[in-house]
Amino acid sequence: MEVKDMAAGKQTEDEFIKKNIIVTSIDTVLNWARSNSLWPLSSGLACCSMEMMAAAAARFDISRFGYEVFRPSPRQADLLIVAGTLTWKMAGPLKRLYEQMPEPKYVIAMGSCANSGGPFADSYSVVPGVDLILPVDVYIPGCPPRPEALIQGMLELKRKIQNPDVGRVDEYDATNAE
Amino acid sequence: MNMTQQMLSNEALQSLQEKFPEGMQIIGEGAQQAIVVEDQYLLDMMNMLKNDAAYQFNMLSNLTAVDYLDYLEIIYHLYSLPLLSTVTIKTRCLANQLIVPSVTAIWPSADFQEREVYDLFGISFTGHQDLRRILLPDEFKGHPLRKDYKMPIQGERGA
Repeated sequence: MEVKDMAAGKQTEDEFIKKNIIVTSIDTVLNWARSNSLWPLSSGLACCSMEMMAAAAARFDISRFGYEVFRPSPRQADLLIVAGTLTWKMAGPLKRLYEQMPEPKYVIAMGSCANSGGPFADSYSVVPGVDLILPVDVYIPGCPPRPEALIQGMLELKRKIQNPDVGRVDEYDATNAE
Repeated sequence: MNMTQQMLSNEALQSLQEKFPEGMQIIGEGAQQAIVVEDQYLLDMMNMLKNDAAYQFNMLSNLTAVDYLDYLEIIYHLYSLPLLSTVTIKTRCLANQLIVPSVTAIWPSADFQEREVYDLFGISFTGHQDLRRILLPDEFKGHPLRKDYKMPIQGERGA
């Protein structure tokens, strides 16, 4: 097929599909690839990490979704699962791990402690929600969440990566609020 | 109490009392028995308890503190591996003068535990080589296990 034919729109989408050609954008392809093989950082802070390990092991097996490649180095990872209670003492090292990860990178806050501080929200030593120091993409409730919940959270993250509009939050306009 | 956890015998306590006629007091009984010593005699007594052949407390198994508002109490749990006996030593310091001699020169394992007590109670151990916070961030304000510690408002209750 000649380029001038495409310009004239002589071939319809159906004809492309017959020839196994899909027209799309680079971003869509990259997001499709990213969302199907997230490489989480193997980091755990508390009991939630036990559920994370269970999710990675044979019974729940997140490799069914392509997410099993837990990386020991932040430089090879693109997903930070904050699994557990984050203390102010640990906040610096965790932030550094996040900064060491290459772009694009995503953060899942797993469990009550990572979401809001959980039972330790009023403690002198616990960060009441990791979103105070990291940009969180997906929040998973539970104390701790079951492996199925982590899997659902990762599938929500997949949906968000494939459709960036899902996670878009319009800037809050205080002038129009009552 | 099993065989490996014998309290210091009464005879041993008596002979210790004879060596420190003032500044030492025996309180409680059985497993609750403890020796309260004034802080100026603390290092002498600890040295004797570790090095004297009659005691041989070569292990500091625990070091902690309690806040009683007027005064703070520092508690040492000693264990003798050769003699399989145990003893509890307590010393006190006033809440407005939180200074106690360090036992790191006698038991190096006191290093981290004294740092923890300093971190959470604010007690200064004189003679400690590296007295700084261990559990909390360096920039943390206050000593949270003190009864008069006030939580800064944050989290759910924050404005």
